Amino acid sequence: MGAGHAHKLYRHARSPVHALPPHCKIAAVFCFVLVVVATPREALWAFGLYALLLAVVTAAARVPAAFLLRRLLIEVPFVAFAVLLPFVAQGERVTVWGLSLSESGLWGAWNILAKGTLGVAASVLLASTTELRALLLGLQRLRMPPLLVQIASFMIRYGDVVTDEMRRMRIARESRGFTARGVRHWKVLATSAGALFIRSYERGERVHLAMVSRGYTGTMPVIDEVTATRAQWTYAAALPLAALAVCLTGWMLT
Amino acid sequence: MTPATPPSLEVSGLAFAYPDGHQALFGVELSVGRGERVALLGPNGAGKTTLVLHLNGILGGGAGSVRVAGLPVDKRHLAEIRRRVGIVFQDPDDQLFMPTVREDVAFGPAAAGLRGAELAACVDRALARVGMSGYADRPPHHLSFGQRRRVAVATVLAMEPEILVLDEPSSNLDPASRRELADILRSLDVTVLMVTHDLPYALELCERSVVLSDGVIAADGPTRELLCDEELMAAHRLELPFGFDPRSVALRG
Amino acid sequence: MHVPDGFINAPVSLAAGAVAATAVAVSLRGARRELDERTAPLAGLVAAFVFAVQMLNFPVAAGTSGHLLGGALAAILVGPYTGVLCISVVLLMQGVLFADGGLTALGVNVCDMAVVTTVVAYALFRLLATVLPRRRSSVTAAAFVAALVSVPAAAGAFTLLYALGGTTDVPIGKVFTAMVGVHVLIGLGEAAITALTVGAVVAVRPDLVYGARGLAKPLELRRADGTVIEPVISPVAPRPVRRLALVGLLAALALAGFVSYYASTSPDGLEKVAHDKGIDSKAEEHAAKDSPLADYQVKDVGDARISGGLAGVIGVGATLAVGTGVFLTVRRRRSRAAAAPAGSEAV
Repeated sequence: MGAGHAHKLYRHARSPVHALPPHCKIAAVFCFVLVVVATPREALWAFGLYALLLAVVTAAARVPAAFLLRRLLIEVPFVAFAVLLPFVAQGERVTVWGLSLSESGLWGAWNILAKGTLGVAASVLLASTTELRALLLGLQRLRMPPLLVQIASFMIRYGDVVTDEMRRMRIARESRGFTARGVRHWKVLATSAGALFIRSYERGERVHLAMVSRGYTGTMPVIDEVTATRAQWTYAAALPLAALAVCLTGWMLT
Repeated sequence: MTPATPPSLEVSGLAFAYPDGHQALFGVELSVGRGERVALLGPNGAGKTTLVLHLNGILGGGAGSVRVAGLPVDKRHLAEIRRRVGIVFQDPDDQLFMPTVREDVAFGPAAAGLRGAELAACVDRALARVGMSGYADRPPHHLSFGQRRRVAVATVLAMEPEILVLDEPSSNLDPASRRELADILRSLDVTVLMVTHDLPYALELCERSVVLSDGVIAADGPTRELLCDEELMAAHRLELPFGFDPRSVALRG
Repeated sequence: MHVPDGFINAPVSLAAGAVAATAVAVSLRGARRELDERTAPLAGLVAAFVFAVQMLNFPVAAGTSGHLLGGALAAILVGPYTGVLCISVVLLMQGVLFADGGLTALGVNVCDMAVVTTVVAYALFRLLATVLPRRRSSVTAAAFVAALVSVPAAAGAFTLLYALGGTTDVPIGKVFTAMVGVHVLIGLGEAAITALTVGAVVAVRPDLVYGARGLAKPLELRRADGTVIEPVISPVAPRPVRRLALVGLLAALALAGFVSYYASTSPDGLEKVAHDKGIDSKAEEHAAKDSPLADYQVKDVGDARISGGLAGVIGVGATLAVGTGVFLTVRRRRSRAAAAPAGSEAV
């Protein structure tokens, strides 16, 4: 959640997707991804249809394709892993361009790439059409324990503050001519991390003091509530239901 | 001030030692009448913060007593006391802990049981009083430092406190934000206790000042008189900024 | 190690989700005990800290760098329950906001990165803290070992989940060796940074290190002439427990190391994989050039054996950790049951 990073997550726009209540969107995305994961990997066309469904949602949400694609880069480490699979997996080997590859490994790689990418794309869509605050309210509405929601909202509130402190410490280090180059410098970095922890913890204590001063007794007062109409639920359910239809067809055909 | 209305704040014989044995307060006597604006001056380590934390019962258990508008600060009245005493802490980032400005201002009143339209009206009123009405739905960390401090004042005003306690209100503010905050504080009709090192700010805003030094009130009087008493100032490590002469300052209403 | 969607099949993902939810529910109750009403702000700030620290890259060698996972660090600094909560929240937010780790894989990720790392690290840390002399350096050493073991333990947990619901048919032995092997290396970095960080905090604010709270000196009572009064409650009771724990730990480690060392000489299994894949073959070339005694063949087998032995030691560490956790829970239950009839005693 570094500076600059945090503010690019959400793309403000007026679209039917933005307007949906957050808990509907979270539930829809979760169900969609679950359906995708449960789809047999041999049904290649099903994944094409899923991608098409997401493309429709992307268009409806007015999220530029370039934005979505850039955010997909997060899964690069696993792409590297997937590329390795055909070489290490067992089973029958096939020869492609002179390379001996495992057939089941190829299927495995495809499986991870297709499902992983669809999962990432769905999450990115959720995060780019829902404000941070709304996401938390949505999670709360979906019965996530209130204490967990509180912890998460404090983390989001102070993520920037703590990261800023860390950045200032790095600038202070570098201003005195220090750049971390290797193992020898770990001690300096760890000392910074220790100092950062102490600062964070003490800030936590001060925040608690400020909360108590305004009447906090362990539970957050309910200030905002989100509600959804039946129509909004139906609207949000369109994505996972369409996906479910594709998935079931996939199971029947393979 | 009629004798029928008790003073906003009445501290008598307050002494306190931290669990580690370090004693910070040695019998503080202080009375602040309703509607007064008083500056609490003192060097670092004089016990200012310790005193402030006694005013709403976060610290306690030593000798002496604190009364807010006649109500003693003790376990039984804690909820009411915390509504009556609004403390604005030094770092607004500690005070603004909710995701949006509106929720932050609503936190106190909501904890006191306010809901719905009443709550919304209360929030709007508090934000209007500090001139931050347009910022209700912004996250606090996207505001400038001066704006954050004003919102911090609003979070406390929303609770309609009997007394507003400000810890170093002018620290880290640029001159414009500093003046804006002064204008806001002047426009409020609540009792104010302002803890500060900023002597010109104290002179500008508060008719009366008290000096806390080594855990006791060492002086109490009109701000200008105290600031002009060079011996007193030197004895308590209080220094005026270079070129500032309290005698030559014309005070606004 | 953020697992994406589709890596583990749907049923196992859901089961892992249920396990993770239970662990988080238990931690919520536990954290209330550790921090009472301060839980939300403190755990939130520690989560923000872990989040920030995960972005702190430490350079390993020219051009490469690693980053801290933070499970062990959080457990030692703020206690296991709060630690589990903090890491879970970080994972949740990374999954929902950054799409780092799949939504359906959240349970898997929480299980191995939030639960296994913190529980293993904390249990091991406590165990070592009991066994080692009560000094500050012991805290650092215990933190080092705890963090070192916690990372491959998480890799082991991942392998287990993979064995149950993996979507590719890479043999489990291979996955285990690759995961644990790589994560022993990562664990070394994690251990060094964790130990140094805990050391830095202990030096300044020892009271903030949850795992080192026993380190505070008991209050000393003196007579008027300055002679020290012997404390009334003699600290004899913990001694036998400590010695027993020490002997047990050493025996288990020796046995595990020994058995695994020989077990792994059998032609199939871990050693073969290590041999096939030539783990660290580059490093070996260097070593072989410098040392006239180094025989590639022997060294390679030796490496595999050592890695097998190491895996055994890690396994024991993990088992011990879980065992200690159960033991502590049971003991707490018992002492509470004993205290209950005595009246309302503050626990």
